[in-house]
This record gives sequence, C-alpha cells and structure tokens, in this order.
Amino acid sequence: MKTAEDNLRVIITVIMTFTLIAFATGVFAADQPEQVIKVTAKKFEYSPSVITIKKGVPVILEFTSLDRVHGFTVPDLDGIRATIEPGKTTRIRIVAPKTGSYDFHCDLFCGEGHEDMTGKIIVVE
Amino acid sequence: MKIDRRDFLKLIGVGSAVLVLGPGSLAGAASKDAGKDDFLFVQLSDTHWGFSGPAVNPDATGTLKKAIAAVNSMKTQPDFIVFTGDLTHTTDDPKERRKRMAEARSIIGELQVKNIKFMPGEHDAGLDNGEAFQEFFGITHYTFDHKGVHFIVIDNVSDPTSSITDPQLQWLSAELKKLDKDSRIVVFTHRPLFDLYPQWDWWTRDGARALDLLMPYKNVTVFYGHIHQENHHMTGHIPHHAAKGLMFPLPAPGSVPKRVPIPWDAAESYKGLGYRSVEAKAETAEYMITEYPVKKG
Repeated sequence: MKTAEDNLRVIITVIMTFTLIAFATGVFAADQPEQVIKVTAKKFEYSPSVITIKKGVPVILEFTSLDRVHGFTVPDLDGIRATIEPGKTTRIRIVAPKTGSYDFHCDLFCGEGHEDMTGKIIVVE
Repeated sequence: MKIDRRDFLKLIGVGSAVLVLGPGSLAGAASKDAGKDDFLFVQLSDTHWGFSGPAVNPDATGTLKKAIAAVNSMKTQPDFIVFTGDLTHTTDDPKERRKRMAEARSIIGELQVKNIKFMPGEHDAGLDNGEAFQEFFGITHYTFDHKGVHFIVIDNVSDPTSSITDPQLQWLSAELKKLDKDSRIVVFTHRPLFDLYPQWDWWTRDGARALDLLMPYKNVTVFYGHIHQENHHMTGHIPHHAAKGLMFPLPAPGSVPKRVPIPWDAAESYKGLGYRSVEAKAETAEYMITEYPVKKG
C-alpha cells in the first residue's frame, strides 16, 4: 500500500522529468536571455572579426568603440547597420535566416585603413 | 542593365579605345541641343597624392606627373579637365592633409589647360567634412554650363556616411527644375550613385534618391571615380562611367574576397592606371570616350 511519502516521491519525479524534458526541447527557451556577443571597434579592426552564430537564433551584438566613430554594416544580411560611437554601447539584434558567410565592414570613413576594416559573420546550423 | 562593352568598342591604337556611348546612341534620341559645338574634356581620378606603398606603386610621386605631361602633349587640348575625387590620400593629421593638398594643387597647376573642375573623394573630405578641401579647391557641389551641356557636380563624400544628404538633394532638385526634360546633363561625382557593390562600400547611401530626381531627364550621363577601374553600367536610360585611377588599380567588384589594391606588375608597369578623354558630340548627344594608359618614360 502506497504511503503519502511514496505519492510525494512520484510527484517530484514527474515534475523533475517534465522539467528536464522542457529544457531539452526548448520549451523555456523564450525565457532565456538572448546571447550577447561583445564586439570592439577601433582603427582599423573589429574584435572579434569573425563572429559565428546559429541560424534562426537571435543574437545581440554589443558594440563599443575604442577610439572614434565607426560604422558596422552587413549588406547581405538585410542590410543591418549600426553607428558605433565612443563612450556609448550600441546594440543590434540579428536573426540570420540562412547559413553562410556574410561580410561586414565599416561604412563611416575613418582614415587610411578604413578599407581594411572588415569581418565576417558565419551562420551555422 | 549592363552594357556589353564589345558592342561599343573600337580599337584605335595601342592602349587606347573609343567607347561611343550616350543617351542619343542608346535611345536613338537626338538632343534639342543639336548644332551646338562639339568639345573635348579630360577626366582624371583618384590620384591619391601622399600615398606610399612601393609594392603597389613604386612611382607614387611620378605617376600623376606623367599623366599631366601626357595630357599637355595631347594634340587637341581639352576645353576643361575634371578631377573626380581622391586627389589626396587621407591622413589623420590636418597639417599633413593640407600639405598634400598644396602639393597636389601645385602639380595640377602644371596642366596647360587652366579650366579645371574639382570635387572631393572621401580621402580628401571624409575626416573633416571637406574643410581642408574647400580651402584649396573650392566648393564641393555646383553646376556649370558648357557649349549646350549642363554639368552637375555632386558631393557624396563630405558627409562621412557616404551620403549626398537632404540639403544637397534639395539643391539638386531645385537645379533640375530649371532645366527642360531633354536638356543634355552630365553628372560628375566620386562614388557610384547606384549600388555597384555595397559589400565593398561601392555605392552612395542615398544615391537612389539622386537617380530618382535625374530619371525624368532624357539625356543624362554620369562620370565618376572611386573604384580605380573602368566600369560601364546603365540604370534605366542613364549610363554611368567609372574612370581608372592614377595611383593603384582595384579588383573588379566582388572578384576577390578582399578589396585590396592590385600589386604592381614589373613586367607591365602602370598596368590598370590611366585617364580618359571624352568628346561630347553636339549633333548626336553622344560621348566618345577614349581611355589612355600611363606610360613609362
């Protein structure tokens, strides 16, 4: 005959199992904070210059400039762009719909090495 | 629509070519300005005075001088000469920027033709909103008329976002309203007004708005620089002709992963560098473009 203690054990086991399945299947994903990737910009480079993200998963790029105003644009990724000003944090949210490699560059003329200020977003499954 | 260059090229000698293009030749429409004089102008671009990089151009201080000597030796001297931007290579130092501009102006002063039109490139104007450029070369957007053709100089570099910006677009709109729809119009600018290759920043952010304003006019041709190579492109009925540079050539749009200068080829010195003359034909509203290489010696 089951005691009250046994019943409680069963209930706890069911709840724990449900919770594990829920995390594994992403039921609670909406409640999780989106991934933030910090990117610094300075003459004439981004760090990191290669950013890997997952297809369809929202990511926040959080930019800071270490010297002057820079731009950031990804023409083939819905033309997303940002102006990165020193002393400010600039955030943009990206949800990449397709896998692939997407070039980005500074689109605010920043000096002699401006043309070299480039990088890549790599979108994986 | 892209122009098939082979349809228009006629070789006329080693290293030179004539490209016959214009609203008249493409649309079959003769301008109402038929009967005005033919004339010749020369376009030089992207001289990048102050650049240093022997692997790219070991004759960085001699190339512009060679081009100027060649223009001076042309049998038919042009009515005017236009420099479509990036006269100087950029520097963070305002003093050095002005020194480069003074030197460039002095060398350009050796041209026999004194009617010279200037506009900035982002290397000249992008770091100080064109302040130093204006001290040496004057205003950055303006119009002038020459033998029946209305010329419009558009500045798409002094704003660091590579935009023409609202005030200048309003000015352009007002200037165009003064003209008949079949006026012959030539636009000079530095960056392409259309989206040539935004992945390499080869566009003007609000260039489409300028093209929208120009589109109702039947006889419009654009000459520009910035991409350091010859390129011919149509947006609707408007042809756009990019000129070679006079410091280093750049690769064709999107042809390589990175937009880096093409290294100097010792076997073919000055390859990819050059300038052009443009003969404006009054009767047919055509522009006969002749490309000239920079030569040794």
